[in-house]
Amino acid sequence: MSDERADGRGSTRAGFAVLLVAIKREPWIFTLSTLGSVLFGALTVADAWVLGWSTDHVVLPAFKTGEVGTGSLVAILALFLGVAILRAVGIVARRLGAGIMQYRMQASTRRAVTRQYLSLPMAWHQRHPTGELLSNANSDVEAAWGPIAPLPMAVGTVAMMVIAVAQMLFADLVLAVVGLLVFPAVIAVNVTYQHLAQGWMTRAQQLRAEVSEIAHESFDGAMVVKTLGREPEETARFAAKAEELRDVNIRVGRIRAAFDPALAALPGLGVLFVLAVGVSRVMSGATDAGDVVTVAYLLTIVSFPIRSIGWLLGEFPRSVVGYRRVSAVLAATGDMPYGDRSAVRGADGARLDVEALGYRYVPDQPLIEDLSFSVDPGRTVALVGATASGKSTITTLLTRLVDPDRGRVAVDGVDLRELAAGELASTVSIVPQTAFLFDDTVRGNITLGVDVTDADVWAALRTAQADGFVAALPHGLDTQLGERGTSLSGGQRQRISLARALVRRPRLLILDDATSAVDPEVEARILAGLREAGAGSTLVVVAYRKATIGLADEVLHLEGGRIVDRGTHAELLSRSPSYARLVNAYEQEEVTT
Amino acid sequence: MSTTMDSGEEIGALDTIRRGVHFSPELKEGIWGTLALAVVASVGQVIVPIAVQQTLDRGLARSGGPDLSFTVWMGVVAAAALLLTSWASYAMTARLFSTSERGLATLRIKAFRHVHDLPLLTQNTERRGALVSRVTSDVDQVSQFLVFGGLLFVVSVGQVLIATIVMLFYSWQLALVVWVCFAPLFLSLRFFQRKLSEAYGTVRRQVGIMLSAISEPVVGAAVVRSYAVEARTQARIDEAIATHQSASTRAQGLTAFSFSLGGVSAGLANAGVLIVGIWLGFAGNISAGEVLAFAFLVTLFVGPVQMGTQILTDAQNAIAGWRRVIGILETPADLVDPGPDGQVLPRGPIDVRFDDVEFAYPGGPPVLRDVTLEIDAGRRVAIVGETGSGKSTFAKLLTRLMDPSRGAVLLDGVDVREIGEASLRRSVVLVPQEGFLFDDTLRANVRYGKLDATDAEILGSADELGLTDWVAGLPRGLDTLVGQRGESLSAGERQLVALLRAHLADPDLLVLDEATSAVDPQLEMRIGRALERLMSGRTSVTIAHRLSTAEAADEVVVVDQGRIVQRGHHSALAAEAGSVYSGLHASWVSQQGKP
Repeated sequence: MSDERADGRGSTRAGFAVLLVAIKREPWIFTLSTLGSVLFGALTVADAWVLGWSTDHVVLPAFKTGEVGTGSLVAILALFLGVAILRAVGIVARRLGAGIMQYRMQASTRRAVTRQYLSLPMAWHQRHPTGELLSNANSDVEAAWGPIAPLPMAVGTVAMMVIAVAQMLFADLVLAVVGLLVFPAVIAVNVTYQHLAQGWMTRAQQLRAEVSEIAHESFDGAMVVKTLGREPEETARFAAKAEELRDVNIRVGRIRAAFDPALAALPGLGVLFVLAVGVSRVMSGATDAGDVVTVAYLLTIVSFPIRSIGWLLGEFPRSVVGYRRVSAVLAATGDMPYGDRSAVRGADGARLDVEALGYRYVPDQPLIEDLSFSVDPGRTVALVGATASGKSTITTLLTRLVDPDRGRVAVDGVDLRELAAGELASTVSIVPQTAFLFDDTVRGNITLGVDVTDADVWAALRTAQADGFVAALPHGLDTQLGERGTSLSGGQRQRISLARALVRRPRLLILDDATSAVDPEVEARILAGLREAGAGSTLVVVAYRKATIGLADEVLHLEGGRIVDRGTHAELLSRSPSYARLVNAYEQEEVTT
Repeated sequence: MSTTMDSGEEIGALDTIRRGVHFSPELKEGIWGTLALAVVASVGQVIVPIAVQQTLDRGLARSGGPDLSFTVWMGVVAAAALLLTSWASYAMTARLFSTSERGLATLRIKAFRHVHDLPLLTQNTERRGALVSRVTSDVDQVSQFLVFGGLLFVVSVGQVLIATIVMLFYSWQLALVVWVCFAPLFLSLRFFQRKLSEAYGTVRRQVGIMLSAISEPVVGAAVVRSYAVEARTQARIDEAIATHQSASTRAQGLTAFSFSLGGVSAGLANAGVLIVGIWLGFAGNISAGEVLAFAFLVTLFVGPVQMGTQILTDAQNAIAGWRRVIGILETPADLVDPGPDGQVLPRGPIDVRFDDVEFAYPGGPPVLRDVTLEIDAGRRVAIVGETGSGKSTFAKLLTRLMDPSRGAVLLDGVDVREIGEASLRRSVVLVPQEGFLFDDTLRANVRYGKLDATDAEILGSADELGLTDWVAGLPRGLDTLVGQRGESLSAGERQLVALLRAHLADPDLLVLDEATSAVDPQLEMRIGRALERLMSGRTSVTIAHRLSTAEAADEVVVVDQGRIVQRGHHSALAAEAGSVYSGLHASWVSQQGKP
């Protein structure tokens, strides 16, 4: 907390720097909204002038002489109404301009941030929690450009104050100087407020994010929470943070509660003081009543907009925090550079070469060590190994979700790192262990924008044994799937995910235990379909079941991220006891039962 | 059972506030004191103009020349009054912050708790992001309204009334002029509020859609990358961002326009007051000072009117947020905890009975029907059937994640609907297929099954399940961080954690739903043997597509198209030629590469 407070002074400067970025990006709309604000300010002052003018030239003479010309009355109406309408134009220009500027900055920053999400490698994603990335793109962006809303008003206020001060000086020098004493007082109140509120406001932002993270995670794991009856503990966890946020908000509120009336009272006190001095000056004949009214009125009118500068400065701490968090995402490196080579096209299978591959996950995680194997076009290789032996890691290397530390992966002799963006995906498709579905229709989830006919989609669904349940969905291919496909069962999601790979007719297809949630009968039909439809494709499968392994021309037996043996299923069964134990577990169980 | 969340959209604004106060009784605390302070505070705004008028009339324009001592005296009194009312303003706002924040924390926590009581069905239909926003940003918006809106609106209305009364006191004719000038604004208010409500409603929906689009490359990073659909994903995001941007801009334009109308009315009123004032002056009804004071009074009138319209505008956002939170709380929890009347299951193996149970999703055909079944305490039963046969529904009914549409599920002879939630969850544990892990250590995740479990107990459970080597092989043992949703571990390892949890929970009825589908066969068999030890002395129901489990069970229940079609021991069922089970078994055997 103390650090954040110490940071407070710098944040005013940093806040202006953030605003400068926005002004440079949107100079025209900023100018427009500022002009609107200046217009509004000038006309608010003009209002006072119109009142003063009317008092001196129409009202007082009229009461004195007992008569008034129609022209004077029309002048009053025209002046007041003209000023009011122009002021309305100013308001619209200021508010709409500020809105346009703010939303444009938000949109462009969000586009930039999401482009980063799409280009940064998996390793970066693994280090950053979902909740954090979502709040970077949402609330941090909002916070960063928050001060744009009061900006034109504040700039206009400065202009208005200049005009008002000039008017006051013009009306009566001494009274003006008396009235201007309000300004240093306002600044002092503001500085005190900033100093007191900043730390707590930053803390409140943090707590908001934490409250949101707990809610996100808890709802995500609702099944576990419910089945173990942990609602009271989860509620307590949530309540603890929510109550901390409440307490900080109340503290911020108390500071804010003192700030607003203090700022509001200052001009009032100024007016009273001006009146007292004004009366003595009228008595000494130094000024007339109209001037006293003008100065008093100007002071009243300026008092409200002065607060807008306070609002602007009040937004700064949040803005700076948000901008820094967004900037950290935008500055993140570790982008995977693409080469410029294209992949081989065609209907035949791809050749896969894995040479002396070495990969260290995050420091503590299992390693892939000195892994070498090749798969000839059209052949099938099975990766078999115990839970957590590195099989899934290998599939992420084959699809270049991560780059190896040593060695290389090559498709058709081309190192994956030399391929241009998008080229690898035109050749290789992976079906991951846990299916991810987009918030889109069934068709959209399968084509992902690739131009294929519905007949092709249905063919892929048939091979994946998904045509039956998709046909039974309320709108068939046009059925909208929920977020992460929660309305489908695990097995159905896997099959949609499989169809997504199949419809691309990949030259290399990688299945990472992709049918684990499917029952054996359906799985058998899928495998049969793959044998027909996938004819020609090169296939790498991660599998436990013998029926799947049985498809393979070669089996790589993995232990601890290394290949410990390779050969056909029969060869491995006969010579490797540990392999036999692994894949024959079900039968051995029967023998022992 | 409801299919969708109550969005609360049909609730009116005043009704929303009424119901909101019902859920957050703190909001009413000390309301009269706060209101009294608000009245005192708003008097502060009248003090200066009155002092100005008094000074002009009696200090400045006095017939015998300006009166300095009166002016100074007037100033001192007004300044003192101003300080007092400023203090009242501080006290009012501080109290408002306190009651609002306390009320909203209560609302937030109630809503959070209630979300967990909503049927899983509802949780699946609604997007999680929207659920999260209902307990976060929606609530935050209400806060702004309650502190700077709700009471201030009441105060603004009060100020308008006070200003009107003061104006009437000076000159009823001029007061009428002011009201006539503002009439068009007041009349158009309702129209603009409806437009604004629509506009902000659209913005709110678009925020949800945009967040959902942005979450895709975050949650689905691997798929987006491996399918090279970056451009398509970005296009979808860009579209959502653009739609949100234009909706926001539209709402802002509407706000700006409706707000600017107040100023035009004010200009009209000012001119009207002076013109009519002069005319009244000719008739001898009013003095010059009174006309000028009236001009100040108009600003007194305009200020709160503008404030009021501004609050109404902002309120559209807040009321929409409040509605959404209230909508959550008013969505009935399908699974009602009988509360203190709830029965407590005795410890020891549980006897299960399904009594003519039928289940259908709303508007859908029954997915399970005519299920009558008795599982004696301590038996191990396997449920088998094809995907979509209804076996997972069976597990959900058994563990009361859903209630049957007809019939009853009884545990130890008691309808599950009458068993206290705490007792039910203590005695019955479901291990689902996808074990969700919290972003914490392995230890914290395992302890989810037994909150006070010691390391020794955890390691003891791991030992009994044959997982000691696995735990020891992890880089930091029990201190290993599992990552978001447990994604630093493999799918198989996540299932192991779920099993450890269940073991520590020590249930009397254990329900396993494909709980080991992602681990390797050797480990699965090892765990299977360990689970058998775990199952002894308990009732267990296992849903499995690997028939090795069925082979080991005391009894196999075969489900097909929502009905129980076969029951009995594995060997007997497999022998029934042409039966569903023999078909399943045949394909299982062929998959295992057996002859």
